[in-house]
Amino acid sequence: MQLELANITIDYGPRRVLAGASLTLRAGQVLVVAGANGSGKSSLLRVLAGLQRPSAGTATYELGGARYQPEDAGWLLGWVAPDLQLYRELTAVENLRFFADVRGLRKTRAELATLLEEVGLAGRGDDALATFSSGMAYRLKYAYALLHDPPVLLLDEPTVTLDERGAALVERVVARQRTRGLAVIATNDSRELRYGDYVLRLG
Amino acid sequence: MIDSDQTTSESTLIAKNNVQVSSLKPQAPSLAAATLAVFRKDLRIELRSRYALNALLLFAVSTVVAISLGLGPIAPRDNRDLKLIQAALMWVALLFAAFTGLARAFVQEEDTRTATALRLAAPPLAVYLGKLLFNLLLLLVLDAVIAALFIAMLRVGVGAPLMFAAVLAVGSCALVAATTLIAAIIARASAKGALFAVLSFPLLIPPLVVAIRGTAFALEGESWAVGAAPIQVLLAYTLALFVASLFLFKSVWEA
Repeated sequence: MQLELANITIDYGPRRVLAGASLTLRAGQVLVVAGANGSGKSSLLRVLAGLQRPSAGTATYELGGARYQPEDAGWLLGWVAPDLQLYRELTAVENLRFFADVRGLRKTRAELATLLEEVGLAGRGDDALATFSSGMAYRLKYAYALLHDPPVLLLDEPTVTLDERGAALVERVVARQRTRGLAVIATNDSRELRYGDYVLRLG
Repeated sequence: MIDSDQTTSESTLIAKNNVQVSSLKPQAPSLAAATLAVFRKDLRIELRSRYALNALLLFAVSTVVAISLGLGPIAPRDNRDLKLIQAALMWVALLFAAFTGLARAFVQEEDTRTATALRLAAPPLAVYLGKLLFNLLLLLVLDAVIAALFIAMLRVGVGAPLMFAAVLAVGSCALVAATTLIAAIIARASAKGALFAVLSFPLLIPPLVVAIRGTAFALEGESWAVGAAPIQVLLAYTLALFVASLFLFKSVWEA
């Protein structure tokens, strides 16, 4: 399992936010992308998630000898970001059930309850997302991202809106991801640099 | 530096620090199951929020009431083209009600920023088919309401009820086939409403004209030999748009 970036460049009009980033990240490794607001951290993660095309260069996932472009690698990826939203009208369990169904996963209610417990939402499975605080909603994003045990975890601002226990959850998630694949974390919080085997500073 | 050892097994890569990564691509979800999941999700959200249903029904009821108050029941002696006028009025009411509600399936996903989660998890075709089914259900409910109001308030006589229902159903399929893809295209634009109408209008005129003719035949009580032609044209139009949408949707959704 590895992620290979080759000369990734991201432009917004005449403004270049990322110029020719190249690296290889292997299973068990965590890359932290650091930088000020507007330095291109989130854009790079969106490129890695296949949600945005780079102006130049390529990102490729390699797994079991097969190579995948980010646009075709949704099944490989777990994604948590401030701009990711789940369905406010549905309960936590209904949200997870829906995403499990469209991914073709057969999850029992007990498995979903265990996942919710892991992210600190035990007993809140039948509550509508609309009734959650911002921190609880962020925890549910972790459940969404971990639902299919993805070999690649992409975390944009991983602890934003989370309390101390939430930050501990992120620490556990990142530690566990090292045993399951790789992770890329975008942050402007200097305390989160410790998660990384490598730090890519932008801006 | 950690190097992957790819020789350990076909299904598992074990890196030197005991990283276990399943290397098998999971079985793709069945298209039918994923489509049904998207449809059920949209239906559940709609039943809880009534975003589209309220807008559609409000528009439909107010349009029919305005027409009936303005014209009153038109007696057959007043106009030789009575059935054609009644059919045209009904389809115009349906068309504009559809404009107000059918784009919501995609616009809602973008406005509430849930589209990213959906893009990453669901097969594009399942998203398209699920939302197409949801829009079709919505329009069929609207058909029933508008048809009932027209018949009751304008005292419309239906000569061939079965043909009337068939034209309504097939015409609605054509409307939904045309508008669902357009809804996906305009969902991320800023002037969504205007853009939806502008892009949909050229696609909707041909089936609308045929549906009005077919409905007039049904109101007049024409035989199936006459009434089958517009139904066949509407079916062919729906099929052509549906197939084109299947090819185009992935590019639109992932753009």
